[in-house]
Amino acid sequence: MDIQEIHSILAEEFGDDVGSGPHEAKDPWIEVAPSALAQVAVFLRDDERLQFNHLNDLCGCDYLEPDPKKAAKFGHDPHVEVVYQLSSIELNHRLKLKVVVPRWKDDVEGQLPEVPTVSGVWGIADWHEREAYDLVGILFTGHPNLRRILCPEDWEGHALRKDYDFPLEYHGIRGK
Amino acid sequence: MSMQVEDPRVVEFDVQTDEMLVNMGPQHPSTHGVLRLLLRTDGEIVHECTPHIGYLHRCAEKIGENLATPQWVPYTDRMDYLAAMNMNLGFALAVEKLVDMEVNEKALHLRVFIAELGRVASHLVAMGTYGLDLGTFSPFLYAFREREIILDFFEEVCGARLTCSYVTVGGATHDLPEEIEIPDGLSALLEIDPGRRAPFFEVVEMFLQWLEKRIAEYHTLLTRNQIFISRTAGIGELSREMAISYGCTGPVLRGSGVDYDLRRDGEAIYTRMYEGYDFEIPVAPFADAPPEAVLGDNWCRFYVRMMEVVQAIRLVRQSIPKYQAAEGSHRDAFKMNTKLPKDEVYLETECPRGQMGFYLVGNGTAEPLRARAKSSSFCNLSITDHICRGIPLADIPSIIGSLDVVMGEIDR
Repeated sequence: MDIQEIHSILAEEFGDDVGSGPHEAKDPWIEVAPSALAQVAVFLRDDERLQFNHLNDLCGCDYLEPDPKKAAKFGHDPHVEVVYQLSSIELNHRLKLKVVVPRWKDDVEGQLPEVPTVSGVWGIADWHEREAYDLVGILFTGHPNLRRILCPEDWEGHALRKDYDFPLEYHGIRGK
Repeated sequence: MSMQVEDPRVVEFDVQTDEMLVNMGPQHPSTHGVLRLLLRTDGEIVHECTPHIGYLHRCAEKIGENLATPQWVPYTDRMDYLAAMNMNLGFALAVEKLVDMEVNEKALHLRVFIAELGRVASHLVAMGTYGLDLGTFSPFLYAFREREIILDFFEEVCGARLTCSYVTVGGATHDLPEEIEIPDGLSALLEIDPGRRAPFFEVVEMFLQWLEKRIAEYHTLLTRNQIFISRTAGIGELSREMAISYGCTGPVLRGSGVDYDLRRDGEAIYTRMYEGYDFEIPVAPFADAPPEAVLGDNWCRFYVRMMEVVQAIRLVRQSIPKYQAAEGSHRDAFKMNTKLPKDEVYLETECPRGQMGFYLVGNGTAEPLRARAKSSSFCNLSITDHICRGIPLADIPSIIGSLDVVMGEIDR
């Protein structure tokens, strides 16, 4: 099934929560409002026509150009995305979903943006969301065990944020 | 405190055992690298198994955001260091998808040849170390003896044995050699004079013939060995639904009875490589499985890999005449400073351990805005807690080994 059809099925069910249409790209995607994500996820998995039972990947992506000289050419407003790559084993089709949130909740620096968890829909989302939290700094609300997964638990900051400051010291280990 | 127990085997029923936390790893040999398992045990029985990962985290994704794409290829080697060729291929294809590049026919068949050899090498390690996990040493020596020769081929082809960085954007760094010195390991096995030179593909064929005969030996040593069967069959059962929900891929998924392989079911840019090739995709359950085996257990996962070696050998054989007949160069030019379009792609390929995905976001510069590597072992490992409950402690290495994880790829 192509993305246009998938989008019209979703639009019928969720209206404006799934954006006005698929975004054009090599791998086109559908944008989902954070508030509707949990329901959309369940629908995508359980609907007979879609059967997206396999979450291939979930990752965060930070859009920011910290260098003011290059910011004009950057071409994106600062924001954070969570990207979901889905596929259906039975129907062998693929889908990319995106949830777009501000870099900081309520624009208060240090307050991580919130996205509802899908770990109850696809089991693997549990670990992928922990990784996205650890490296990109996204709070997955409702996650049963949102701890850092790759970095130590007392690590500060989220390494894949574009404005991440590389630590100069960690427990007496010099960073430079 | 007295209890009525009808089971005559229970002799003590007033002894209380405490739960104990046992750390397995990070330096335990059967955790395949630096993996720490925190086990909550009651006597011999494991109630909870929490993997702690990240010991090999090298910030590969952050590094990828600061490098031009061809410069990141060596970092993909170091993810799944047992299947570097396949990792290079997955990444190269993702970049090619992003910049709309189609490699020519010669590079296509060269890639099938080298990727399937890589699969054989990787599965040989999986087989050997699995035997080691279960306490039998000799299959490991045989597996490494054979793998050594494949690594010798890799060395002749690109100069490196493990971290090959051979398949790169646009094709491969070098063409395959015309003639090589027969690797010492192979000439010793075949009892021919050391140092003799022969055409490359002839040497490969000599090796494949040797390897094919050995596979029956491996089956006798492991697959059909009653001790091996007792340690693997019916243990670590992973249901089809669980495997799909937890994103398991590769032999783990097919061992649970899901007929899905990206070489057949993947995206066109990848399946194009395998067009015109004749191969089967081994999927559990197997008709020749021992009666103790159940769908999705350790034995099935192991057997899928063994059968895949046979198929990979077939693919290598088929790729040789296709490569020889193909025209064009082994590599199309891709400049280091090629600007990536403002677009994004995600591509998964079938690596020996499962589906390895690369997500690339281009933004008009040579360096991607986001370079994401989705690891198959990461997903495969995430089910350990669910299949390691209520089993004896001694079965943990058997289950972890059957998942065949590589920590370099999990931690990136």
